Amino acid sequence: MQYLLMLHTKESDWASLTADQQRERSLPYQAYMEALRKAGAYLGSNRLLPVANGRTVRIANGKTQVLDGPYADTKEQCGGYVLIDVPNLDTALSWAARCPTASHGAVEVRPVWQMQG
Amino acid sequence: MTSLEGDAARKTADAVARRSYGKLVAFLAARTRDVTAAEDALSEAFASALADWPVNGCPRNPEGWLLTVARRKLIDGVRRRQTGEAVGTQLQILTEGLEDAAAQAEKDMELPDKRLALLFACAHPAIEAGIRAPLMLQVVLGLDGEKIASAFLVSPAAMRKRLSRAKEKIQQAGIPFSVPEREELPERLDTVLAAIYAGFAEGWTDPSGTDAIRRDLTEEAIFLARLVVELLPQEAEGLGLLALMLHAEARRAARRNVDGEYVPFAEQDPRLWNPQMIEEAESMLLRASKLEAIGRYQLEAALQSAHVHRRLSGRNNWAEVVQLYDALASITDSPVVLINRALAIAELDGPQAAVEALQDIATDERLTQYQPYWAARAELLSKTGAYDEAREAYDMAIGLEHEPAVRTFLQKRQAALLRH
Repeated sequence: MQYLLMLHTKESDWASLTADQQRERSLPYQAYMEALRKAGAYLGSNRLLPVANGRTVRIANGKTQVLDGPYADTKEQCGGYVLIDVPNLDTALSWAARCPTASHGAVEVRPVWQMQG
Repeated sequence: MTSLEGDAARKTADAVARRSYGKLVAFLAARTRDVTAAEDALSEAFASALADWPVNGCPRNPEGWLLTVARRKLIDGVRRRQTGEAVGTQLQILTEGLEDAAAQAEKDMELPDKRLALLFACAHPAIEAGIRAPLMLQVVLGLDGEKIASAFLVSPAAMRKRLSRAKEKIQQAGIPFSVPEREELPERLDTVLAAIYAGFAEGWTDPSGTDAIRRDLTEEAIFLARLVVELLPQEAEGLGLLALMLHAEARRAARRNVDGEYVPFAEQDPRLWNPQMIEEAESMLLRASKLEAIGRYQLEAALQSAHVHRRLSGRNNWAEVVQLYDALASITDSPVVLINRALAIAELDGPQAAVEALQDIATDERLTQYQPYWAARAELLSKTGAYDEAREAYDMAIGLEHEPAVRTFLQKRQAALLRH
């Protein structure tokens, strides 16, 4: 089963850290991805730029709207994702708990929709 | 109701819940084996108590009061759910034993303690191993499902589902509410102890005690082990498990420094250890050894004891420690034991010998996602001067760790390697 781990943090928290603190916080992610790879669970991951860099597009009444920023204004923002392939939800949850984000933000675990043959 | 009376009533109810919850569930479910119905009836009885006691005062025998009310709710429940003939049989089963018992309880007589039978039912081989500890915590101690769920890292809904499936199984598969016969006892007791230890281990992962749910879990596990020791005083392994958990718990305060960082055993300040708990652990271990039935938990407790004595006396006892690990390895199939044995060998014969000892288990698949294996490997490799391999092993350990304090500790160790 594939699961998408969505990493939510407060962007303002990150901005308030010193350069050293930011480096320190980033370090364990490399180890985490490495552990996922060695376990054969890793499919892909990316870190995202802050939501201010994003745009939201929709078409309403035949008109295309483009808005600055995220689709939903929330206290915590999705700052990255990891796509994993593991046998079941329990394993996905234990990987989510190991994700460094879990200790200062939140990790949302979403099972990927399985196409029916 | 004044708030003061309300508080007093709540306190009495809490105290009874803690002391008697499992006893009452065991008693109410003994005949029908319907744990869910017993729990529902009991929780209604507790709710009635909170409404009644502040007004009419706490009853002289709160346990008896609760049993009487719960029994009535249980019978009402059967009447509501079932019709016709089924009601008759069910009610007959229910009323037979319960009438007498309730009458006895009301006359202040001690309720027969069937908690041990309940523990054995929860850890029955027919119940899926992973749910046994949560089941015990809920059914015997009355811990709420949400707490248990977060401690075991599953969602509350999933935990509720698994717990209710297990309870259904107890009823439908005809799992007996009884203490196994003599010849069956050691093996069955083993599953009970394993489940208690699993509960303890979940609580143990939060040594700083910042997460109240997990801290409680270690206390609850110790409570259950005390119960086993009280009800089966001649079982050496029960005593061994209690000794093991008390030893571990005694060092809780020393496992984090003032900054909340992880402190490994060798660097802990023994003045922060709890001397009463250590003393109690030692006396449990002594009692166990007199029964002359050695087992896994006694050996593990003996190891804890040896480590503590070494730190307190300064006397090198690594040869003894390695021997204990050898004995443990011969009766368990646990790679964890072999990891710790390798670390002890490092102290006795040097890091190279330890790396070789670890090599023997490196192919065990269970270890690829086991943080302590990688941490031990990293530590040993760095001591032999294999810095690149050590760094890689630290990467794995860091990536697999979910506790920030331990992760930080490992990162610091890895960073220290960069100087080489």
